[in-house]
Amino acid sequence: MAEKFDVIVVGAGPAGTACAYTLAKAGASVLLMERGEYPGSKNVMGGVLYRKTMEDIIPEFYKEAPLERPIVEQRFMMLDQSSALTFSYKGLEWAQEPYNNFTVLRAKFDQWFADKAVKEGALLLNETVALECIVEDGKVVGIRTDRPDGDIYADVVVLADGVNSLLAKSLGFHKEFRPDEVALAVMEVLKLDRKIIEDRFSLEGDQGCTFEIFGDSTKGILGTAWLYTNKDSLNIGVGAMLSGLIKQKIKPYELLDYVKNHPMLRPYIQGSEQQEYLAHLIPEGGFKSMPKVVGNGVVVVGDAAQLVNAIHREGSNMAMASGVLAAETILQAKEAEDFSEKILDSYRVKLLDSFVGQDLKKYKDATHHFEKFPQYFEQYIPMMNRAASQMFTVDGTSKWEKQKKIWRDIGTPKDKWRMARDLMNAWRVMK
Amino acid sequence: MVLGSEEGKAMLHIVACIKQVPDTKIIKMNPRTNTMDRSSAPAILNPYDAHAVEEAVRLKQRYGGVVSVVTMGPPPAVKAIRKCVEIGADEGYLITDRAFAGADTLATSYALTKGIEKISEIRPVDLVICGKMTIDGDTGQVGPGIARRLDIPPLTNVNKVAEVNRDEGYVIVHRKLEDGYEVIKSTLPCLFSVEKEINEVPYSPLPNMLRAARYQPVIWAVNDLGEIDRTLLGLKGSPTIVAKVWPPEKPKGGERLEGTANEQVSQLMEILQEKKGLFRVKEEQV
Amino acid sequence: MNLDEYSGIWVFLEVKDGKIAPVCLELLGAGRQMADKRGVPLAGLLIGYGVAPLAESVIPYGADVVYLYDEEIFRDYRTESFMRAVLECVEKHKPEIILYGATSTGKDLASAVATDLQTGLTADTTMLDVNAENGLLEASRPAFGGNIMATILCKKHRPQMATVRPKVMKALPPDPNRTGQIVRETINLREEDIRTKVLEIVRETKEKVRLDEADVIVAGGKGLGSKDAFELIHRFAEKIGATVGASRDAVEAGWIDHQHQVGQTGVTVTPKIYFAIGISGAIQHIVGMQNAGLIIAINKDPQAPIFQSSHYGIVGDAFEIVPMLMEAFQKMPDKEVQYGGKI
Repeated sequence: MAEKFDVIVVGAGPAGTACAYTLAKAGASVLLMERGEYPGSKNVMGGVLYRKTMEDIIPEFYKEAPLERPIVEQRFMMLDQSSALTFSYKGLEWAQEPYNNFTVLRAKFDQWFADKAVKEGALLLNETVALECIVEDGKVVGIRTDRPDGDIYADVVVLADGVNSLLAKSLGFHKEFRPDEVALAVMEVLKLDRKIIEDRFSLEGDQGCTFEIFGDSTKGILGTAWLYTNKDSLNIGVGAMLSGLIKQKIKPYELLDYVKNHPMLRPYIQGSEQQEYLAHLIPEGGFKSMPKVVGNGVVVVGDAAQLVNAIHREGSNMAMASGVLAAETILQAKEAEDFSEKILDSYRVKLLDSFVGQDLKKYKDATHHFEKFPQYFEQYIPMMNRAASQMFTVDGTSKWEKQKKIWRDIGTPKDKWRMARDLMNAWRVMK
Repeated sequence: MVLGSEEGKAMLHIVACIKQVPDTKIIKMNPRTNTMDRSSAPAILNPYDAHAVEEAVRLKQRYGGVVSVVTMGPPPAVKAIRKCVEIGADEGYLITDRAFAGADTLATSYALTKGIEKISEIRPVDLVICGKMTIDGDTGQVGPGIARRLDIPPLTNVNKVAEVNRDEGYVIVHRKLEDGYEVIKSTLPCLFSVEKEINEVPYSPLPNMLRAARYQPVIWAVNDLGEIDRTLLGLKGSPTIVAKVWPPEKPKGGERLEGTANEQVSQLMEILQEKKGLFRVKEEQV
Repeated sequence: MNLDEYSGIWVFLEVKDGKIAPVCLELLGAGRQMADKRGVPLAGLLIGYGVAPLAESVIPYGADVVYLYDEEIFRDYRTESFMRAVLECVEKHKPEIILYGATSTGKDLASAVATDLQTGLTADTTMLDVNAENGLLEASRPAFGGNIMATILCKKHRPQMATVRPKVMKALPPDPNRTGQIVRETINLREEDIRTKVLEIVRETKEKVRLDEADVIVAGGKGLGSKDAFELIHRFAEKIGATVGASRDAVEAGWIDHQHQVGQTGVTVTPKIYFAIGISGAIQHIVGMQNAGLIIAINKDPQAPIFQSSHYGIVGDAFEIVPMLMEAFQKMPDKEVQYGGKI
């Protein structure tokens, strides 16, 4: 006799676990299913964890969660081949409770988070793959797993199975994602003594720092590289639009090697030891690529719903927020004993009303715009670098002369108009 | 689920001894401090023990009965017990206590024996099964040690169970030898330690997985084990101690043959030329 | 326990196919060194049926004494019977150290004896030494799957025991001028007291892989990619008359049977030539072949640790290099040919 739960959550990443936690805490019977050996084993993230969304779920989580470093400085580097134009904000208000962001290692964090859900009463099942949704009379009534006697039933199934969500696809909620809707990211965890990290990145105690790196790091393809500090290791990675990688015939690990050897970045990872290599797809399509997220007896959360704000590198908070909203909607549906699409649709409405929907709408044209117009990365970033170099090199030329040179460097009048127009457009898609 | 005993039906109670170990295949050494980075390797059910439990489950399916597992370890060892329930074990017992810390194989076999004796008070034990050895201790000594303490025959390196006859009180198994195997008959109760090749552990059915996820093992401390001589436990009860630990010698590294593939092969053949007497080249028919 | 009562170093002499197992001769070699250091006699403990003639044969290898049990009840090895003989002999003669080969019999017997004697036993030892003054046996062995080496001491219990890995210690060249004593022991043991019976012994009739005796081994690892690709190893080995070996990864992937596995949980090999192809060189593998005469590694990854443990390395694609090697062997002048004499 196959078992029935109130809810089955497929995927124990941030979205799935946030959902399972919220449901279990409210007394619903939840099965949290994960295909990896343990939650986090198949997940990859830069990775920055955002305090606010996490705290809404578990107050003062930072007192017990396995976090790496609270981030006190965020640096933004505009990289050219042998130079970088960097600006950063560092604030000590982020060095104390309640903090702002943290670096985390997913394998550790996800296990802790899933464990919290289990303590609230959720049942965690690892090493089990959901093959398909069981559909009866146009309603999703359960999940078929890859194990013998592997069918399991529920009132609602939550699809939190990540960027490639085969289950959402099999329900027809979205088609195969296009190469211009996803980025391929690769990263390495590099072991480095914590004293060296603190010294090199000017950090006191367990403070942390993040670098977001644009431009030459992705050889002109739309994407970004990053360097984050963990307790005694560094995360260095690069993600680029799959469409760009295909067009330029570059393999992602080639980009990572380039980044690791880049003269502006090399010194930061000097002496470190390669510990782990990870790769993953990241949703980039944003608002326009959001699939159908609600059906009869089913909702879609997290990366599976393309809920990633690439501009601000926010994904895990959106995932968690969507998980919580989905849980709240399901609890209401349980009250009403109605799990139809009509009732569950309030999840979609709430999602679009929240910061998740609002931010995705704000940047709905941004990724596509920057992808379509490579000059931002290929020309303007190098141009800014050259301008800075020109301005700050003391070589006997007068400052007026220098300004003229910088102005001339933009190019012909046509180029200048184009740049003006590009800046206008950039402002337009970002506002 | 405990199977009820029926009159005249052979009902086996099999106890499997298991251990949670770090996955030594991927554990890393810190080269500077010469210590093992235990966090680098996840804790798993000792692979040999998985086969032991699977064999116990198969015997249960064949003859009817109950499979209990017992382990001596720290609290996280409950995960290993759950893995056994996934494979099909019915009950799990964790004996955990600070007093066990630092135990060598002699102290370990004593503690496990006490656990098995306690389990036999609940239900008489017919057979004890262990994995041949653990992948962190690599000794294979605890199984025979338990057998001696329980005064039952140990059968090591078992790679097949031919027959278990509870009514007439005997088993027939195959023991692996260096160049074959022997067929050996023993009275019951007895102890097997098993080779990996004895069976394949299949992908567990979902109902087992759910049962395992919910399962809470019975947890005993030293005080729960009845008459026990504390001087025989843990570090105190261990005649052997580890006096020194060091990373195995790293060889200096050899010469790389450079050049194109052709050049590399030529250089290699030159080196091998003087040892050509060792090779027996098979001629191709042209 | 009065430690001073215990004196003498013993080696358990396992009988295989009517001969003393080679590892026991190696242990006599190591034992002889330690006995000389300690100034105590070295004894062999021989248990079997019809084995009396063998007792003489170990004296030239270093034994001063051989304690001999020759009774029908010891025809086949069984834990319960052999154990009784060892326990009685120990009770009577009180050795300070007993060494056993780390064979399936040796490990089985030693584990049982150690438990009854409540004494210390070190498993799978690869290095042995004794402290001349206090007589402490320093038994060192790989642990944690080969990731570390550990030295084990048994300070307050006697006899100190160890099972020792075959092919690590060195047997002494037999000295026909050595003399020694054979002490015939008897034991009161009835067949009814022994609860196990060996019904049959089956020797493997199929072509057994004797990795431990091979002069040339060609071993393949995960780098080859698939079971089909692993065929390359079989072909190369066949071509040059070598034995096929494999890393644990290849065995666990199901590409080849466990009996070909070289390494910590497989076989330790000491061939004259060892080819490691597509093997990364994890420590668990290295400990199984590091004593080979000539180690040649072929691997695509220049960072693979195998290159640290090999004498010569080729960074390259095995699928390119190995066929070229096979051709080169074909063309080798004055080679030994299979099924025939020299060309």
